[in-house]
Amino acid sequence: MSILIKGGRIIDPSRNFDKIGNILIEKGKIKSFPKDAKEFENNSKYKVIDAGRKIVSPGFVDIHVHLREPGYEYKETIRSGCESAAAGGFTSIVCMPNTNPINDNASVTEYIMLKARTEGIVNVFPIGAITKGEKGETLAQIGEMYEAGCVGVSDDGMPVMNSKVMRHAMEYVKAFGIPVISHAEDRNLSASGVMNEGDMSTLLGLKGIPAASEDVMVSRDITLAELTGTHLHICHVSTAGSVRLIRDAKARGVNVTAEAAPHHFTLTDKAVGEYDTNSKMNPPLRGESDMEAVREGLRDGTIDVIATDHAPHSEDEKKVEFDLAPFGIVGLETALPLSLRLVEQGVISLHDMIAKMTYIPSKIVNIERGTLNPGAPADVVIFDAERRYTVDRDKFHSKSKNTPFHGWELSGAVICTIVNGRVVYSC
Amino acid sequence: MEFERKHILGLEELNAEEITLVLDTAESMKEVSERDVKKVPALRGMTVCNLFFEPSTRTRSSFEIAEKRLSADVLNFTTSQSSVVKGESLLDTARNLEAMGASMIVIRHPMSGAPWLLAKELNSSIINAGDGSHEHPSQALLDLFTIRRMKGGIEGLKIVIVGDILHSRVARSNIWGFLKLGAEVRVVGPPTLIPKYIEKIDVRTFYNLSEAVVDADVIIMLRIQKERQDFEFFPSLREYSRFYGLTREKIKRAHENVTVMHPGPINRGVELSSDMADGPGSVILEQVSNGIAVRMAMFYLVASARRNG
Repeated sequence: MSILIKGGRIIDPSRNFDKIGNILIEKGKIKSFPKDAKEFENNSKYKVIDAGRKIVSPGFVDIHVHLREPGYEYKETIRSGCESAAAGGFTSIVCMPNTNPINDNASVTEYIMLKARTEGIVNVFPIGAITKGEKGETLAQIGEMYEAGCVGVSDDGMPVMNSKVMRHAMEYVKAFGIPVISHAEDRNLSASGVMNEGDMSTLLGLKGIPAASEDVMVSRDITLAELTGTHLHICHVSTAGSVRLIRDAKARGVNVTAEAAPHHFTLTDKAVGEYDTNSKMNPPLRGESDMEAVREGLRDGTIDVIATDHAPHSEDEKKVEFDLAPFGIVGLETALPLSLRLVEQGVISLHDMIAKMTYIPSKIVNIERGTLNPGAPADVVIFDAERRYTVDRDKFHSKSKNTPFHGWELSGAVICTIVNGRVVYSC
Repeated sequence: MEFERKHILGLEELNAEEITLVLDTAESMKEVSERDVKKVPALRGMTVCNLFFEPSTRTRSSFEIAEKRLSADVLNFTTSQSSVVKGESLLDTARNLEAMGASMIVIRHPMSGAPWLLAKELNSSIINAGDGSHEHPSQALLDLFTIRRMKGGIEGLKIVIVGDILHSRVARSNIWGFLKLGAEVRVVGPPTLIPKYIEKIDVRTFYNLSEAVVDADVIIMLRIQKERQDFEFFPSLREYSRFYGLTREKIKRAHENVTVMHPGPINRGVELSSDMADGPGSVILEQVSNGIAVRMAMFYLVASARRNG
C-alpha cells in the first residue's frame, strides 16, 4: 500500500532539509514530497497518516545492538529485538557478534540474516567477530562474513588485547572497505572491576574500572588506525580522556569515528546507589567530568553518533549480587527521549541529534539508510518531541526490562515507525 | 531516643546518635555478659539465621553467642562456596530461610552489597556481618565501644588505620564511625593498597608508618589477607612487614598511652611483632569479648524496632 504522511515537520539532515510538508511513499521507497495532500486523502489507494505538529525524519539507525540470538533467546530474539527497535523509532539496527555461537563465520551470519528476513520487522545488519571465538588470537573469516552481509568487525566486549592481531585485522579489512569497531578496554587494567573506579567504588567497596583502561586502548587503536589508514570506529565513549584522544586524532586527520550511548551522557556512577544492577554496564557509568566531556564531544562533533549498546539481560540474571550481575542495559526504547534531553538542555540541536541517529551512523557502516532521499528505502519515523510520559519497563517490547530509567518522566514519544514502506509500529 | 532501623547494613547510614545508642546499649549487655547466668529473654521465640558465605570462626561464634544470650533460636547456614556454585541464587537461599521462620538474618558474603540485595527483597531484618570490601558494621561498633571504654570517648582522638585499606571492610566501617563521632582519621599503607579516592572522605593519607603515628591515640592494624595476596600489591610479606609492620621502634612518636587494636586473626610478625600484640597497649582480646556485647545490642535494638514498626 502507498502511504502519504501529511503535514509533519520533515527533518532530514542528510539533505539539510527542515520544512513542514508531505511525504509520499510508494513501493517501499520514498517517492516524492507532494505540495498538496488533498488528492491523496480521498483515494483509497493511499493510507494517509496525519503528522501535524509531529516530526518526521528518516528512521533511526542504531549501530550498536545486542540481539542475543542465536544462543540467548531468553534475553532477546531477533524478533523481539526488532520489535523493541521499531517501538523506539529505529528502522535499522546493527548487531554485535557475541551470540552463541559467536558470529565469527558466514554460517552464523547467514542464520542471522535469514531470521531477520523472516521474523525481523526492521533492517538488521550484523557485525562479525574480528577473531575466531572472540579469543583475540587468529582472524575470523572476515571476507566470507562480509559476503554474507556483515557491515563491520568487532570483538566487542572481548577487546583484542594483542596489538599485532589488531594491526592485522585493520590491514585485512581494507580489502572489503568495512570498519574495525573497537570496544576500547585494557582488560588487564579493568581486571575484575564492576563499576567506575572513583569515590563511589571506594565507598561501595566494589572493584573499580579506571577511566585509564578505556583511554590506553583508545590511544593504542588510534595509533594502529594511523599506521594502517583503516576506518576505526570507537564504541560507547565514556571518558574525558578518550574524547580528548579522539578529538586530537581527528584534527590530525586519522580515520576515526566514535559513538556515545544515552546512559553515558545522562547518568553518572552515582546511579549505582545501593548496588542497583540496572546501573551496571561496561564501560561503566563514569564521574561528572567524564559525562560532561562526552556531552561536549557530542556537541563539537568529536563523537559522531548516538548508539544505544542495547544489552538485554533477564530479571533473574540482574537480581543477584552486584559482582555477579552481567553488564548492560536495554536502550532502544529510551534512546529518543534521552537524546531529546540533550536538545532541551541546549547541548546539541534537534537537527544534529537526528543526524547522529540517522545518516551519520549509516555512513559509518556504509549502508544506504538514514535518508529521505527520493528513491531511498522508505524508512521513516514520526515522533512527538513534546509528549511527556513516564518510562514503564513493563511496557517495553524488548524481552528484557533491565533499565535504570524506569519511572523517569521524559519527553519524546514515537508515533509511527515505517520500514521499507510498511508501518511496523504505531501508537 | 528510639532505634527505628529494621536492618543494620553499615555505618555509613547510621548517624552519631544511633551509633551512640548502640554503644550505650552495649554497656548494659556487657553487664549481662559479666553475670553468672549470662542470659536474658529479649529474643525469645525469635529465629535468627547466621548465613555465612565465607569461612569465619570468630565473627560467627560471636554472633551465635550474642544470639543465644538473648534467648533466640539459632540456625547456622555456613558455606564456603558461593550460592551460585551451589546452583541456587543468594536470594532464593535467603527466601528459603525466611520461609522457615527466620526473622533476622545475619549475613557474611564475599561480595559487596549482598546484604542490601536481601534487605530490598525480604521481610526479615538483615544484619551485615561483613560484605566484600565494603562494610563490617559490628566490627566497627565493637572497635568504637572498646576505644570509648579505654579513652572515655571518641571525639578529638587521633586514630590511625594501617594496612590494606583497599580491600578492608573493617576500615570503611571504622572510618564512618570515627568521623561521625568526631575523631581524626589517618590511613597508612603501601600506595597500592590505599584507594586513590579515599581522601574524598575526610581522612588523611600517609605512606610512611612512623609519620602517620605521630601523636596517635589509637592504632588499628588491618590483617594482610595472605590468602588473597598474590603479591601484586607489594613485593613480599617480608618487605611489607619491614615498612608497615608495627614495632616498638615505629611507634615512638605516638601518644605514650597509645592503644593498639587488630580485628584478628593476627599474622604475627607481619602486621605486629609479638611484643606489640601482647604488650600493655594491646586491647586485641578485649575487642573480642566486647564484640559479644555490641552484637547483643544490635539484635536488641533491631528487634525492638521490628516490634514497634
